[in-house]
Amino acid sequence: MLAFIGTTIFCFIVWLTLTFNGHMWGTDEIIAGIFLSVVGGIAARKVFVKDFKMANPKRWLFFIAYLGPFFYQMAKANFDVAYRVITGKINPGIVKMSPGLKSDTALTFLANSITLTPGTLSVDTDDEKNLYVHWINVDEEALKKMPRPCEPVCSTFPKWARRVAE
Amino acid sequence: MTYVEWLIYIFLGIGLFFNFLASVGLMRFPDVYTRLHAGTKCTTFGSIFLSLAVIIYGIWKYHEGDTPLISLSIHTFIALVAIMLTNPTGAHAIARAAHRSGVKPAMAVVDDLEEKEEENDDD
Repeated sequence: MLAFIGTTIFCFIVWLTLTFNGHMWGTDEIIAGIFLSVVGGIAARKVFVKDFKMANPKRWLFFIAYLGPFFYQMAKANFDVAYRVITGKINPGIVKMSPGLKSDTALTFLANSITLTPGTLSVDTDDEKNLYVHWINVDEEALKKMPRPCEPVCSTFPKWARRVAE
Repeated sequence: MTYVEWLIYIFLGIGLFFNFLASVGLMRFPDVYTRLHAGTKCTTFGSIFLSLAVIIYGIWKYHEGDTPLISLSIHTFIALVAIMLTNPTGAHAIARAAHRSGVKPAMAVVDDLEEKEEENDDD
């Protein structure tokens, strides 16, 4: 029931933002929105809400704080990849690394962050929650150690993933 | 031209530059993984700036009294969130499918995933 209510409210907020045109919403729009949100809530409640861990507002504050360092890393890596596109200097490889996360949500969060950062692309994962990352410019220093260090691939992302989603 | 227009043109310029680099990288790089790097990541960064230009345009026009154009900003913002969510998922799916079907990374100095898949084949 709680999952249904949460999904319906989310659908309704999305509806309101999509239909906003600078003036207040008309009554007909609101009624149509409520009807469609209830339909959406019934259809998607089991997919949308798995557990209520992410309902904690502290996690959302951490997520907003995370956007700052994330966009900084993303811009930095973008210039690096732009340099590699122009010069053609690449040194690719797939490295295995253990970020040491426990929950699937956190691992998904980390994998998506890694993929959104240019130069690194998460390819696969295994049962021990290791990530296999395709890295466009493999650092020779990182290859000497096994398991590979996370630091050069994803800087402080595992720490943030732990705060936001674990 | 006002400052806002300058800002919009600068953002459009940055966005076009990165999207252009993505298409150059798509032709220059040797295999599917490195092409995914160029084709998905640079496009995300370029699209962020193109969308920011549209968002600023909408807010600016809203400020000047053209109220319905605020919906342009909101819709572009939602589209941006959708890009940020679907882009890594799609890249991840393509890369995994490519590796499962036996495409080796070209010029690779190391391939830990292949070792793991060989271990699984032995079982």
